[in-house]
Amino acid sequence: MLTCRTVWKKLAPLARASSTVCRQNVRRAGLTNGRIPAQTPAAHMSTGPTGGGGDNHLYVLLVGTVALGGGVYMYQTLKGDQKRYQARIDEIASRQQKPTTEDQATPIQSEPPAVEAADTEAVPQPEPQAAPSPEEPSPPAPDAEVVAPSETTEPPAGVDSTPASLKVPSHIPYLLIGGGTASFAAARSIRARDPGARVLIVTDEPDLPYMRPPLSKELWFSDDPSVTETLRFKQWNGKERSIYFQPGSFYITPEELNTAENGGVGVLTSKRVVHMDVRGNKVKLDDDTEISYDKCLIATGGVPRNLQVIERAGEEVMLKTTLFRKIEDFRSLDKVSRNIKSITIIGGGFLGSELACALGRRSNESGLEVIQMYPEKGNMGKVLPEYLSNWTTEKVKKEGVKIISEALVKSVICKDDKLEIQLKDGRLVKTDHIVAAVGLEPNVDLAKSAGLEVDSDFGGYRVNAELQARSNIWVAGDAACFYDIRLGRRRVEHHDHAVVSGRLAGENMTGANKPYWHQSMFWSDLGPDVGYEAIGIVDSSLPTVGVFAKATAKDTPKAATEKSGTGIRSESETEDTATSPVASSSPAPAMVEHKDDYGKGVIFYLRDKVVVGIILWNVFNRMPIARKIIKDGEEHADLNEVAKLFNIHED
Amino acid sequence: MSYCRQEGKDRIIFVTKEDHEIPSNAELIAEDPDDPYEEQGLILPNGDINWNCPCLGGMASGPCGSQFKEAFSCFHYSKEEVKGSECIDNFRNMQECMQRYPELYPQEEDKESSPEAESNSGSGSALLPESDSTSATSTPEATASSDSTSPTDNQTAS
Repeated sequence: MLTCRTVWKKLAPLARASSTVCRQNVRRAGLTNGRIPAQTPAAHMSTGPTGGGGDNHLYVLLVGTVALGGGVYMYQTLKGDQKRYQARIDEIASRQQKPTTEDQATPIQSEPPAVEAADTEAVPQPEPQAAPSPEEPSPPAPDAEVVAPSETTEPPAGVDSTPASLKVPSHIPYLLIGGGTASFAAARSIRARDPGARVLIVTDEPDLPYMRPPLSKELWFSDDPSVTETLRFKQWNGKERSIYFQPGSFYITPEELNTAENGGVGVLTSKRVVHMDVRGNKVKLDDDTEISYDKCLIATGGVPRNLQVIERAGEEVMLKTTLFRKIEDFRSLDKVSRNIKSITIIGGGFLGSELACALGRRSNESGLEVIQMYPEKGNMGKVLPEYLSNWTTEKVKKEGVKIISEALVKSVICKDDKLEIQLKDGRLVKTDHIVAAVGLEPNVDLAKSAGLEVDSDFGGYRVNAELQARSNIWVAGDAACFYDIRLGRRRVEHHDHAVVSGRLAGENMTGANKPYWHQSMFWSDLGPDVGYEAIGIVDSSLPTVGVFAKATAKDTPKAATEKSGTGIRSESETEDTATSPVASSSPAPAMVEHKDDYGKGVIFYLRDKVVVGIILWNVFNRMPIARKIIKDGEEHADLNEVAKLFNIHED
Repeated sequence: MSYCRQEGKDRIIFVTKEDHEIPSNAELIAEDPDDPYEEQGLILPNGDINWNCPCLGGMASGPCGSQFKEAFSCFHYSKEEVKGSECIDNFRNMQECMQRYPELYPQEEDKESSPEAESNSGSGSALLPESDSTSATSTPEATASSDSTSPTDNQTAS
């Protein structure tokens, strides 16, 4: 951590110096052709010929000759390259197996440095075009084409006899199926580790990769009326950002993917992969396009589950039901919720509770009735121990939500344009719209055609500790049932896990061979008073030990973010500035209350006396300690002693 | 006064500040800085740069990734008295590239390196959602827009 900081500190002034000097020099060189720019650092400056007068002519002559020589060499190389390329194409076409790009890459890499050597500039770089100087005749644009053709089966721009009719590359070294968080994390990882990598993301959504958590949290708290269009939200530190990981300019179009000089990430939207041929290393899209790959990641996530009773209830009921997962669901729910009087959320887990709180908050202004029903006794009943679940339920009620617990839905009918939900115990609930948040069905559509194993316990594709399903196929994110060395086989449906596993898959696709080791975490904020972060296996059926401090007014996510002006804290504790102690207006002194107040603390989840999961309850910035405890996997005799490590009484 | 209670299989302990001030006797296993499984910080144990460090944000993977890598590598391995003084060209290339993508690398002419950049160095596994240390990179004028995702926990590199 410190190394990085010092490095950056060093880097910044240098960059500053270099950039200002650069700009000055460029300007000067343009105006005073031939004069030595002042304050040139000792190193070579690419701008400005040195000396003046007679030297100038000699210099120009020298440069001209060299450039000519370089041009001739390049022409010859290009021609030869095209011949080699054509031969290779023929070979690939006849071969069954996938071509390896490594041997194609080397001839490319060796050419540009050779070309570059001809330039007086002599800055060694793999990319031929990287450093043209304003003074010097830079190698002409076709340089870029030299790099490109060998990488792809598409004809090079310069010499195609037949126009490149393929919109989508027919071969891509890295194919990522699915355009969500895991996929994006993998793309980034691949690009960081494999210079010039060409990555194609194929997604059935019309959107570029985006993050999901704000869809059920921050976006609902935005004051901006156009939030459904902009999809921008305020973070814990007050800064705004979009839910899209990167704006469109980050990506290159799939068409350009194989010709781009330094590779890139291309996204193919609204296309679904319907068939996978593992033996032939290729996939088929829903429009019959075939794409072959070298390495493939399956990050298809999942589809929200629905209640059977709703599915069987018919069209009218289905029209008034939202299954919430994507941007379009957020938009439609936002719209619907403004025009109705009553909404019911079925499901008491993360998504259901967060949406209930978000809508409950709106109900204060709009008079919308928000009902949440679930079979458990309290919110997060499957995650939190009972006492905490009850406490949380009370808090959710304070957000304006009507809770109907221990509710099993028997049937749903549509009557007089309203929905009537009949519960098994006889209760009847009338509402205008239903949001079903009852779980996620992992998408394993490709299992059959690909011959991939599906896990019967957890669902999803079964992969090993390195997230590998078969030789060139990895799976990450919600769809991956993987082997966790510490905690055993599991499947995790959280955002951070998608990031961690996506990154890991990307690393392994570029040769790292690392197992899943860095434990991912998750978090939830339910209103201003309840915020927690958790790690590991957090299952309420396990025995738990909770260690709590007496709460003060300072110990809430609200207090932690008050400084920045944001209402809800949805990020974890790395952000140093977020957790600077807030001087709340009137800190309530720690007092013993007659009723137990679970203000803040740590909850340990045990399996065979070993801590396998930890919840940090209103205690932030301590995740590394929690991660360490789980990683050690030790039996601790007294968990209170372990709890001391968290310093829960401090901020 | 601390007290304890059992509710079925769940145990609840309320502790006072004084009780927790007594140092813990819980033992943690010592960390191995060379553990290949562990997440690495910006600089790997062998001295190389970890391009996949979340602290870099999208710098090494975006459209200007290769220019950034060259510039930073040059700087990192520079043995000059003024470190990186021979890397001017690389930084210039990088800046030129970044200027072509103002959306990704917002050009703020008069700003110093963003303070966030420095506070976010060496962050842990997951990607940072807000403008993280990417803004520290390259030119101080360019505060790179941050890359993705989740909140992460502060995984110290060593």
